[in-house]
Amino acid sequence: MSNLLEINNIVKNYGDFRALNDVSIHIPKGSVYGLLGPNGAGKTSLIRIINQITMPDSGTIFIDGEPLSPKHTADIGYLPEERGLYKSMKVGEQALYLAQLKGLSKTDAKKRLNYWFEKFDIMAWWGKKIEELSKGMAQKVQFIVTVMHNPKLLIFDEPFSGFDPINAQLIAKEILQLRDEGATIIFSTHRMESVEEMCDEIALIDKSNKILDGKLNEIKRQYRTNTFQVGLHTANPQEVEASLKQNFEVLPPDFKLLGKELTLNVKLKDANSSNELLSFLTSRGQVQHFVELIPSANDIFIEAVNKNS
Amino acid sequence: MSKLKLIIKREFIAKVRNKSFIMMTFLSPLLMVGVGALVFFLMKKNDEKVKKIVFVDNSTLFSIDDFSDTKTIHYEDFTDLGIEETKKKVENGDYYGALIIPKKDSLEILAQSIEFYSKESPGLSIINSLEAKIERKLRNEKLNYFGIDIDKINASKIQSSIKMFNFSGEESSKLINGLKIGVGAIAGYMLMMFVIIYGSSVMRSVIEEKTSRIIEIIVSSVKPFQLMLGKIIGNASAGLLQFFIWGILIFIIFTAASSIFGIDMAEMQTSQLSAEQLEVAKKAAGGDKMQLIIQEILRLPILKMFVLFIFYFLGGYMLYSSLFAAVGAAVDNETDTQQFMLPIMLPLILGVYVGFATVINDPHGSIAVLFSHIPLTSPIVMLMRVPFGVSWHELALSMSLLVVTFVFMVWLAAKIYRVGILMYGKKNTYKDLYKWLKYKG
Repeated sequence: MSNLLEINNIVKNYGDFRALNDVSIHIPKGSVYGLLGPNGAGKTSLIRIINQITMPDSGTIFIDGEPLSPKHTADIGYLPEERGLYKSMKVGEQALYLAQLKGLSKTDAKKRLNYWFEKFDIMAWWGKKIEELSKGMAQKVQFIVTVMHNPKLLIFDEPFSGFDPINAQLIAKEILQLRDEGATIIFSTHRMESVEEMCDEIALIDKSNKILDGKLNEIKRQYRTNTFQVGLHTANPQEVEASLKQNFEVLPPDFKLLGKELTLNVKLKDANSSNELLSFLTSRGQVQHFVELIPSANDIFIEAVNKNS
Repeated sequence: MSKLKLIIKREFIAKVRNKSFIMMTFLSPLLMVGVGALVFFLMKKNDEKVKKIVFVDNSTLFSIDDFSDTKTIHYEDFTDLGIEETKKKVENGDYYGALIIPKKDSLEILAQSIEFYSKESPGLSIINSLEAKIERKLRNEKLNYFGIDIDKINASKIQSSIKMFNFSGEESSKLINGLKIGVGAIAGYMLMMFVIIYGSSVMRSVIEEKTSRIIEIIVSSVKPFQLMLGKIIGNASAGLLQFFIWGILIFIIFTAASSIFGIDMAEMQTSQLSAEQLEVAKKAAGGDKMQLIIQEILRLPILKMFVLFIFYFLGGYMLYSSLFAAVGAAVDNETDTQQFMLPIMLPLILGVYVGFATVINDPHGSIAVLFSHIPLTSPIVMLMRVPFGVSWHELALSMSLLVVTFVFMVWLAAKIYRVGILMYGKKNTYKDLYKWLKYKG
């Protein structure tokens, strides 16, 4: 799979403050790419550079193989974290205006808007002013104006903030559908559960540096600790625990089971010795629970950021 | 359609559709003309009642012929009634006042001994006109006493009117000088009003985009500079439309009002000229005042004035409104704008005051010349000077200074604007603005 966006060695300073320090990120076509990082890490700076709102001090960006230039604004859809619409402008007029600024002709813009307004069943709002709509309704309009011009690249900065769970789910579904139709999506968020749910790849930015990137599965593999949750039905739990301790590192359990089994977290020396552990356990009793502890995106986030500081 | 055009169109429509804009456009000419007509009507009413003034002349020098009636004053001779009776009658009757002329030995003493009694303090114009009548009569008496023939004195009166030229052969007169002051002052004042009204409208539009948080969506499609320029041009177009409608409405209302109420337009206009200018006018053109004024106006370098008016008007507006846009970008709401407004308002107001104070006295004096070159005041002061004829090299210098400053200021404002529009929730200071200027790209 080729890359839609190649960001190479971007440096950006605001006066004496370095917001981005030699950041390189490659985003594969048709993926949902999570851009993660604590507040003030430099995510928004990077997103603004991709949107050509600000220019980098040095570094290069290629979109679909071409150096990023003003004509590419039509290929990008951007939903900023700080977002809103003209309050006293009518929904339809406003959407048309924003579509035309993205380079659509008026007739094309109307066609696309009709499609989306019908899809979201909001045709009746066309002549209403934004200030007459509820917050959730305005958010739907906001989503439509982000995606209406069928951009190759969609950038969502905290897309779910301010959405109620129902609308958030609707938007998440739409985002995944847009990916399936070929769009590439950059997804910047703090909400780690949505990262697990949606992202194929991630990059983690902290203190102006990229500290981690790659496929989410691979990163998880890197961050695995070879720790297994073990639940065993046995007549003599103390003896089993004592002999486990001779061969493995045994930790207090971080889970609960329904019965009165022996519960432990067991850390292996390497991933290949899981069978060894399992055969030991089966020889001592009835195995009720045997699960590898896979680090969540949240764990990785916290660990990586802590390691960096 | 290009993006700039789209922005201009949106800004124009947003402005023009605004309810307060519509109200302003259609109500203010009505208000202006209404208030003007009211003042005129009240002034007329105020003068309407004929005042009766009586005189008691114990000096026997005066006769009723020396006190000729005017539209608003009627004189009566009460000499036969005596001073005390006259005073009583005036106090109790429907009279405005009584002029008491005593008998004195010399004209000088008499001149200082004349008294005027009235129920309320008399208007200054009435006393002035009485004094003038008395002085004329006593002077004639004195001339008689010296044995000088009054007719010969009258016949010897010669009035001179100096024709003024400059070396390019343009003729000027006192009347046309008055006109030039009027034209220049109106142009300068209009520019100031336009800058303040539509400059702050640009500023409010920037603040609106910031507070509604749409700004980041817009600048992901267009360059901030395009957006700023679109706003400036869009608002100016709405402003020009408003001025245009005002012009038409005022003309229509005046025409309608004058035909309905019978107000003589020519009379109204000439009544605003000073007596001195009127005198020049009367002498020069055999009585027809309006025709003379039109002739004089036609003698002004109208094409040159028009071109320069457009240039300085646009230059001044663009210069200031880009600063207004920068201020709008630097703040989060309108109440925070005050600290940044002073440096914008100061040169504007200074321009108008310096213009009024110096150009009228001496349009080519050193202060007037200086301020018509300083770019922030030059649009106003130069517009005031232009009707008096400004040499091309002075104009070229002033215009190029304005253009250079305009380009520099727009660049400066665009830098502040570009950074400021994306700064939320922080109260910025001049120090912050300075820092923003150093940001790249």
